[in-house]
Amino acid sequence: MSYETVIGLEVHAELATKTKIFCGCSTKFGAPPNTQTCPICLGHPGVLPVLNRQAVEFGIKAALAINCEISAETKFDRKNYFYPDLPKAYQISQFDKPIGKNGWVEIEVDGEKKRIRINRLHLEEDAGKLTHLDNNSGTLVDFNRVGVPLIEIVTEADLRSPEEARLFLEKLKAIIQYTEVSDVKMEEGSLRCDANISLREHGAEQLGTKTELKNMNSFRNVQRALEYEEKRQAELLNAGQKIIQETLRWNDELEKTFSMRSKEDAHDYRYFPDPDLVNIIVDSDWVNSIKSSIPELPDARRARYTSDYGLTAYDAEVLTATKTVSDYFDAVLKHTNDAKSAANWIMGDLLRYLNENSLEISECRVTPQNLGAMLDLIAKDVISGKIAKTVFKEMLETGAEPEVIVNEKGLKQISNEGEIAEIVARVLADNPQSVEDFYNGKEKAIGFLVGQIMKETKGKANPQLVNKLISTALLKLPLL
Amino acid sequence: MEISRTTIEHIANLSRLNISNEEADSYQAQLNSILHFIDKLNELDTSQIEPTSHPLDLSNVLRADVVQESLAREEALRNAPSAKDDQFRVPAAIEG
Amino acid sequence: MSLFNLSIKDLHKKLVTKELSSSELVDESLKRIQQVEGDIQAFISLDEEGARARAKLVDERISSGQAISMLAGLPTALKDNMVTKGITTTCGSRILENYQPIYNSTVYEKILAADSIMIGKTNMDEFAMGSSTEHSAFHPTHNPWELAYVPGGSSGGSAAAVAAGEVYYALGSDTGGSIRQPAAFTGVVGLKPTYGLVSRYGLVAFASSLDQIGPITRNVEDAAYVLQAIAGHDHLDSTSANVKIPNYTEALTGDIRGMRIAIPREYLGDGIDPKVKDSIAKAVKVFESLGAICEEVSLPHTEYAVATYYVIAPSEASSNLSRFDGVRYGTRYDSAENLIEMYKKTRSSGFGAEVKRRIMLGTFALSSGYYDAYYLKAQQVRTLVKQDFERVLVDYDLILGPTVPTTAFKIGEHIDNPLTMYLNDVLTVPVNLAGLPAISIPAGLVDGLPVGLQLIGKHFDELTILRSAYQFEQNTEHHQLKPQLGVKI
Repeated sequence: MSYETVIGLEVHAELATKTKIFCGCSTKFGAPPNTQTCPICLGHPGVLPVLNRQAVEFGIKAALAINCEISAETKFDRKNYFYPDLPKAYQISQFDKPIGKNGWVEIEVDGEKKRIRINRLHLEEDAGKLTHLDNNSGTLVDFNRVGVPLIEIVTEADLRSPEEARLFLEKLKAIIQYTEVSDVKMEEGSLRCDANISLREHGAEQLGTKTELKNMNSFRNVQRALEYEEKRQAELLNAGQKIIQETLRWNDELEKTFSMRSKEDAHDYRYFPDPDLVNIIVDSDWVNSIKSSIPELPDARRARYTSDYGLTAYDAEVLTATKTVSDYFDAVLKHTNDAKSAANWIMGDLLRYLNENSLEISECRVTPQNLGAMLDLIAKDVISGKIAKTVFKEMLETGAEPEVIVNEKGLKQISNEGEIAEIVARVLADNPQSVEDFYNGKEKAIGFLVGQIMKETKGKANPQLVNKLISTALLKLPLL
Repeated sequence: MEISRTTIEHIANLSRLNISNEEADSYQAQLNSILHFIDKLNELDTSQIEPTSHPLDLSNVLRADVVQESLAREEALRNAPSAKDDQFRVPAAIEG
Repeated sequence: MSLFNLSIKDLHKKLVTKELSSSELVDESLKRIQQVEGDIQAFISLDEEGARARAKLVDERISSGQAISMLAGLPTALKDNMVTKGITTTCGSRILENYQPIYNSTVYEKILAADSIMIGKTNMDEFAMGSSTEHSAFHPTHNPWELAYVPGGSSGGSAAAVAAGEVYYALGSDTGGSIRQPAAFTGVVGLKPTYGLVSRYGLVAFASSLDQIGPITRNVEDAAYVLQAIAGHDHLDSTSANVKIPNYTEALTGDIRGMRIAIPREYLGDGIDPKVKDSIAKAVKVFESLGAICEEVSLPHTEYAVATYYVIAPSEASSNLSRFDGVRYGTRYDSAENLIEMYKKTRSSGFGAEVKRRIMLGTFALSSGYYDAYYLKAQQVRTLVKQDFERVLVDYDLILGPTVPTTAFKIGEHIDNPLTMYLNDVLTVPVNLAGLPAISIPAGLVDGLPVGLQLIGKHFDELTILRSAYQFEQNTEHHQLKPQLGVKI
């Protein structure tokens, strides 16, 4: 019996504000434990929260980017539960009036576009970080992270496969990354994901019993965990057994899920409006000004790259993977018309170099202007594509302008026919065996001869001219 | 509205309180008499009435995203009943 | 001559002219405390050393000719739920028995900025939950008028300290009457400002939408000076009002001819002690003789206010008190086997019975399945209570009535019956629900115990309340009555 898989996701992203959501402590990543706290985020008696405007604006920006309706009036509620990483024993979150709702994100599955609906996006505060000691001897708490603003994004159960879930996450990450409201780096914890999965018979209207999956630390692991769970549930159902609604923990090493049976079953959060915070009225002027600050998003850019510049879908995807690379590409196009070449150089030599040296594109020494200038030099035949590789390497290391490098190193292409013809003649004369090989049908011999010419000219001979002249010369030579 | 003994125990658990059998008895009796008194509110038809969560008509109280100095770690940990490795220490927490 | 017969204005003058020094005032306070504290037990802790040091600094400033504020150099006391950095703040609870705060409440910052001298922290019902100060984890406080009687609560310590002449003024907090009721029981002035007028930052929260800090003083003018020093917008409190603070003392002497005063019939119903009603009737005559127009009105939802309050306040409190879990500060029960046991044992041994009762009640009211029937319902009835006041205050300047249905009761009398204790609050809680300002002023004695008169005003109209209270006071002699405590004040 085969089943329809139904998946919903719950994503948390840390907002890139300078300070926490309800106090002025810094949110900088990586500080020594308990050095970024204050009485407010530590939940001391008598303290009160004051809302960070930037957190609200980032929340609205993210909600707009995923096509949500923005609530005209939004408020905060207390979510009450006891846990050592939660100083007030309640989390300030949003319950019935989230900042955004009814949005959507479009993904492409097997060439077909599909809309995944977003139920809500709301603001809340993060908790502290726990470290468990060996032998259950205790737990340590670092409160640096408590109070960092989060957005929580909840999808409808519209995903139909683990692969769709992964595609959704990739798209969502790219969109959020473009708005610059969050770094959305799963490896740094600024992006987290929990998943719900259930199975039902095809055509059935009711949803099956779902399980919740936690502890997946990469998109790939989300997919793998869902694949595992999908299989596990199908096996149980086929054996006539029931699915228990529970929370499962994904173990990456063992590649399976484990029940968190020790966790308390019933969480009664006793939500009620937080009396320490007042309502936020979001008027259309405010929304519009935030909307206008949203840059062109990945899908729109991809469409532009393929239709305006004739790039392939694949190229467009690589170039729009992050906003910084896409911005870089757009900047290069201000200095050259050759979009295809620009794309190739960025996707190839540039990104490879950055990866190898663990650099961000913002740290790249090659300015878009200089890359554009270099492409220009190639287009004008001042240097060959091959020589350009040398020039580019120098540019990456020193940040110097291409023209300066070409001049200093005398890398200008030799395009003088007469000059090349002379060299061709000389090389042919010096390599009679190769010439004979060529006449005897060994095509490879011409490659050797071209190589010799390039060696003589230190690679600067214009390759098209070399080919033309060597062909002419070979055909002209008298038959031996 | 009568609170059952099970409910009393459930609430005590939710609020992280231990209560002895005697305490549970007396809490049950007291809470029931208080709730009986509170049931008076049902005499009123409030179906068209907005709840008051704030006595004042304030809205949009926001602050700028400017970093303020945090506490020195010693200050943050000063009142900690137990600490280790610059962190607060508690009995082992089950994965939450 | 007793210094405690002098008003803040007079004391200030004598300090400025160097007829008195702050150190002398502190000495007098401490001497008085030594004499009466054994009987009264108004304080949880004293900071003698700190007080003397600060007094010395103030005296030096005065000697060097620097200008000083009205409250400078005067001994005062703060209720022990107002956070004072480095000075133990217990909220009357074992769970904070040794808690030394790492920051100052805004209100204490203002007291320090005014150069006033805090002598100590006063006793209170644990976490402000109570109307008698009997629920303090440490000891009860005794009413200076009759030691076997309660001073009221939860600011019983602050009220008793002022009434017994231990300090010149004190600060209390009021969530359902906790400034006004003890002021009434101990024959002093107690003012609960409009919600949002005084910052709550550093006031350990009981019910966040109801709590306010206010002055407890020996006369109305003093209350005006103290209010002047502590009122004002605070950027650390999102519920703090951004209103212009008027000069509260300038307007005191204006007459009240033509002032319209509403007297709700529900405030003089069957549940009110007839002798208390008598005192109020006499007070009404005084107001009329001063030219005020007193008329009967109705606040029909008065009878629902206590029930409303006893859903909302415990609900908010149950959440506010969850942070006391032994993780980051306060008492922790050490030998627990696991985390949940640590939480439970810490809280069960750290909290007293009344606090636990209210936490349970509040948790219940918010819990799944009951939220709509209790919490939501109560917030809706709160709107009705608020609307009653709004309707009346369109046509009237003030609302008048007794502060409490009775005078002080004996220690131990109501302790076993929470509901009876709660019903004591019927005249004070509606005011907190609506967020309005109100004052309790002495209105005479009944069988040797003080009666309080309550005046309720419009939002942010403390001026009208103070003016009318002042006029009443100046035309009666109630505020001159002092308790006999062995040693005459």
